[in-house]
Amino acid sequence: MCIEEAPPFISDGMADGFVWVALCECSRKLAANGESEFTSDSAMILHPTLLMFAFAAVSAATATTVDRGGIITNIGQVTIDFFEWFGNVTLFCGRLIRAAFTPPYEFREFFHQFDELGSKSVPLVALAGAATGVVLTLSTRDSLVRFGAKGFLPAVVVFSIIKESGPIITALVVSGRAAAGIGSELAAMKVSEQIDAMEASAVNPYRYLAATRILACMLMLPLLTLVSDFFGIFMGWVANTAAEPISLRLFIHDGFKSVTFNDFLPSTLKTLIFGLLIGVIACYQGMNATGGTEGVERAATSSVVLASLFIILADVILVHLILVLFP
Amino acid sequence: MPEPQIEKNGDKNAPPVQVKSLSKSFGRQKVLKGISLEVGAGQTLSVLGRSGTGKSVLLKLIIGLQKPDSGSIFVHGEEVTKLPVKELNEVRKKVGFLFQQAALYDSMTVEENVAFPLRRHTQLSDSDRKKRVRELLASVGMDGDLQKLPSDISGGMQKRVGLARALALDPEILLFDEPTAGLDPITASEIDELIVKLQKERHITSVVVTHDIHGARTISDRLALMRDGEILIEGTFDDLQKSRDPFVVQFLRGC
Repeated sequence: MCIEEAPPFISDGMADGFVWVALCECSRKLAANGESEFTSDSAMILHPTLLMFAFAAVSAATATTVDRGGIITNIGQVTIDFFEWFGNVTLFCGRLIRAAFTPPYEFREFFHQFDELGSKSVPLVALAGAATGVVLTLSTRDSLVRFGAKGFLPAVVVFSIIKESGPIITALVVSGRAAAGIGSELAAMKVSEQIDAMEASAVNPYRYLAATRILACMLMLPLLTLVSDFFGIFMGWVANTAAEPISLRLFIHDGFKSVTFNDFLPSTLKTLIFGLLIGVIACYQGMNATGGTEGVERAATSSVVLASLFIILADVILVHLILVLFP
Repeated sequence: MPEPQIEKNGDKNAPPVQVKSLSKSFGRQKVLKGISLEVGAGQTLSVLGRSGTGKSVLLKLIIGLQKPDSGSIFVHGEEVTKLPVKELNEVRKKVGFLFQQAALYDSMTVEENVAFPLRRHTQLSDSDRKKRVRELLASVGMDGDLQKLPSDISGGMQKRVGLARALALDPEILLFDEPTAGLDPITASEIDELIVKLQKERHITSVVVTHDIHGARTISDRLALMRDGEILIEGTFDDLQKSRDPFVVQFLRGC
C-alpha cells in the first residue's frame, strides 16, 4: 500500500528533534574539549552520527511515496530518495553556477534580498546571541567557581562565543527564519506559475531568484555573526556583573587577551558556507515544490529541517578543517 | 548522420507558429501523441479539449518551458526546441504568454508587474517606462489600481494585468492559457472582447487554449479539437459543426 507521507519511523517532528540532539551533542563535545581542542575522536563519533541524521532527515523531508510492505523496502526507498535528492541538488547547483556567472548580473535584486535578510534577521540574531551569552556565563561561572578558576570566565565566554556559539547559533536562527521564508516564497511562486512566467519573459529564474538569495545569505551570515558575538559577549559581561561586579573594560581585556585572528576569522568566515547551505537548500526546495498549498508547506518545513541539519554537519567538518589549517 | 542545421535567423515568410509531429510524455502518460499545427500571420487558433488532454503543455512547449520528447516547433521559422537559452530568450521576447491564473508576481504591485519585462529588456527611462505601463494598462481597461498588489484585485482584473504584461514588449505572437477560466460569464465575455480588440489593433498571431467553445468561437479564426493527445479535427467553427464524430458533436453540445 502506498501512502503520501514520510517513512513511518521518521516523521518531520523527529527530524526536527534530530537537529537539536545533534546541536546539543556538537556543543557538548566542543565545550568538553575546552578552548580549542577538538580531537579526532570526537569527530569520529560525530561524523557517522550526523551523516545518519542527514540521511534520515533528507529522506523524511523529500520522501513522497513509501511502501509500508517491509523494512527492507522502506530502507531501499529511503536510500533511493536520498541519492535522488542529492543528485538533483548537484544538478541544481550546476545550473545555478552557469546562471550566476553570466551577465546580466542582478545587482538590484541582490541588494534588495541582502537588505531584506539583514533587516529582518538582526533582532532575532541579537536576541539569540544575548541569550547565549547569559546562559554560557551563568553555567560556566558555576563550574569555574568550583574549580577555583573563575578568573578564566571572560576568556572562556569570549572564546566559546567567537569560536562556536556565535556562528552556529546565528546560522541556526537564520536558517529558521530565512530558509523557511525563501523556501515558502519560491514554492508559492512555483505552484502559481510565477517562475514559469518569469522564464517565459526571457528572465532566468536561477539568476534572478536563486543566485541573488544565495549570495545574500552567504554575505549576510558573517555580518550577523558579528552582531551575535557582540551581544553575546556584552550580555555575558552583564550576567557576570550581576553576580560579581567587574568593569566592562577589564572583562574585555581578560576575554580578548589571548584571542588571535586565527581564532576569530576562520570561525566567522565559516558562516559563508552556512549561508551557502541555507540559500541552496531553501532555493532548491522552493523551486522544486509541487502540489499546491501542501507543497508550499512541505517546501518551507523541509528547507528549515535540511538547512539546520546540513549546517551542523558542515560545522563538524569545518571545525575539524579549521583546527588543521589554523593550529 | 549529420546534425540537422538550426535555422538561427528565422524566415519572415514562414508561419509564425508551426508544430510538427510533437510528442510529450510524463512518466508513462503520453500527453501529446505526434500533433501537428500551423497558425498563419495574424490568425487566431483555439485549441479545445477536455481537461488533461495536454493543451497547456502544448503552449509551454511552444515557449520552451518544457522540452518535447520528439517533433519540432518553429516560431517564425526558428526551431525553438534546438535553440540555446540565449537565442531562445530572444524568441521569447517576441512571444507574450497569458497564464491560466495570470501568474502575476505577488510581491510586486500591478504597475511593477507590467514594468518588469520593460525594465529587463528595454532601455526606457523611468518616466518613459511609467508612461508605457499606463498606456498598456489603459489598453486593457486597468488604468486605476496601479499600486495595488495582485492579491487585492479580482480574478478578471488579474487577467487584464497579465494581458498588459504579456503585451509589454509588443509581441508578434500571444499564447493564452485558459484566458477565461474561473471567471463569471460577464467578465469572461469582457476578456474575450478585449482579446478581439487587441487582435484587431495589433494584428497579433494567437494560440488560445480553452475549453470554452463560445469564447473560442468569438475570438478564433480556426479551432482544433484535441482528444487523447491527438488533434481530432481542425477547421472553422462551421467545419466543426458539420462533423458527425460523436465526440465533436458532444463537445459542441455539451459546452
